[in-house]
Amino acid sequence: MATASALPAPGGAGRRKPIFRRRVAMPGLGLTLGVTLLWLGLLVLLPIAAVIVRSLGLGPAHFAEVALSARALAAYRLSFGAALAAAAINGVFGLLIAWVLVRYDFPGKRLAGALVDLPFALPTAVAGIALTAIYANTGIVGGPLGKIGITLAYNPAGVVLALIFIGLPFVVRTVEPVLADLGQDIEEAAATLGASRLIVFRRVLLPEILPALLTGFALAFARGVGEYGSVIFIAGNMPFRSEIAPLLIVTQLEQFDYEGATAIAAVMLVVSFAMLAVINLIQARERTWRNGG
Amino acid sequence: MKSATTEARGIRALLIGLALVWLALIILLPLLAVFAQAFDKGFATFWAAIVEPDALAAIRLTLLTAIIVVPLNCVFGMCAAWAISKHDFRGRDLLTTLIDLPFSVSPVVAGLMFVLLFGANGWFGPWLIAHGVRIMFAVPAIVIATAFVTFPYVARELIPLMSAQGKAEEEAALTLGAGFFQTFWHVTLPNIRWGLLYGVLLTNARAMGEFGAVSVVSGHIRGLTDTMPLHVEVLYNEYNFVGAFAVASLLAALALVTLAAKALLEWRHRDSIAASGH
Repeated sequence: MATASALPAPGGAGRRKPIFRRRVAMPGLGLTLGVTLLWLGLLVLLPIAAVIVRSLGLGPAHFAEVALSARALAAYRLSFGAALAAAAINGVFGLLIAWVLVRYDFPGKRLAGALVDLPFALPTAVAGIALTAIYANTGIVGGPLGKIGITLAYNPAGVVLALIFIGLPFVVRTVEPVLADLGQDIEEAAATLGASRLIVFRRVLLPEILPALLTGFALAFARGVGEYGSVIFIAGNMPFRSEIAPLLIVTQLEQFDYEGATAIAAVMLVVSFAMLAVINLIQARERTWRNGG
Repeated sequence: MKSATTEARGIRALLIGLALVWLALIILLPLLAVFAQAFDKGFATFWAAIVEPDALAAIRLTLLTAIIVVPLNCVFGMCAAWAISKHDFRGRDLLTTLIDLPFSVSPVVAGLMFVLLFGANGWFGPWLIAHGVRIMFAVPAIVIATAFVTFPYVARELIPLMSAQGKAEEEAALTLGAGFFQTFWHVTLPNIRWGLLYGVLLTNARAMGEFGAVSVVSGHIRGLTDTMPLHVEVLYNEYNFVGAFAVASLLAALALVTLAAKALLEWRHRDSIAASGH
């Protein structure tokens, strides 16, 4: 910025009007926007259009029949229910981890902070077999739990467990920066007025971080609904019981039932877009609220 | 003495303990399990599973896919970031949202989309078959599906970074007579290189590890169209656990390298990637 103002004004020395700097037009819009729109259109918009057009082509009655079959409904229930449960659990533990990482000092803190990102980088299939190895009744955690009657693999609980793994960094990474930016002055003010730590947390801190927490929750939920790789190894995959919606799509494709697969995919696409709209809305409201306050 | 804005020591220790136990149960233990299982029968068995021909073919295919997809999405990401952050045009916010779309599409749905385009019953399927072009259940489909799921990463890193940097430096270069490519190469690129590297790392990790989308379009032809994650699944379903975890441990090692590089970048160049979200 300083470099720019130190440069000679455009228009040359002859005109000597350094105060009115002529703005130069930024080049490259045609080329870069062209490449962007072409790549976006071919790789993203055309394929999405294919799903929408093909499912519209089924006609409303047939579409409803295959998209809302009993088996499909059971699969949606599991995918949405498990994603909701996992996002809620991640809301609690993600907030706890973000809090501990921002507010406290302890040995191994940097390592703990780096570990949080592992689900972003670890391939989902690897996560799936690893979680199964730990939590199946032969694993080092699943074994002892099995003896007291708790089974976490090959049932809906396994789905929730995989989605907790996948969603955790979304909550931690959205809450963390907001928590770090919070000044401690309002907390001090509240404490001076006699509020206990718990009341300060509930009445002062929680309202401040709630939009970020909701965004993290929504991101984790949206990711969980469509998740496939980490789930199928630990879920058990029994139709009507532990079969997630993406797996049902794969099963129907393998049986060459393209209509059924397309209809379920269309339902999931619409839900994803609705989730994206909700997330954008939360973030837009958070921004105006922050700028306004 | 107890400060007004922190917790009592006991509560602090309790919260730290709870957070660490949760991280250990959910993240650390599964990570360790990958390596423990891979070396369960000793190094020789591990090594045999890696150098077995089908595993080598899977490693080659995964590398090939990444080598094609990462540069493509890198160029796209730089173009998108330049257009969006250095220019003002109608529909700019919509374009930014559309670029994020692949993040919210289930990988399986992404794979299905390309079946509907390139499969035998797809929009272009009959034409492709008539002209002898093989996309479905072959390497091209794997590359295309991987390009879809990794589409937003570079753009997402660069857009906030380049917006925050403004355009004063580019304007100065242009005023001095530099062309578009000169300006980009000598002025913009040095400013965004760490953010770009970060985006490339994330793109590469996802490209090598993608499972759902690739699983739908690959056709699972062993030794030909199985990528590393798909090969892991095949071995696992054959109860060859040591083999599955051996190949998986290579992918886990890649994830660790990615995380280490990310931590290093954040630590050494915090300012030049700070504008990005995470």
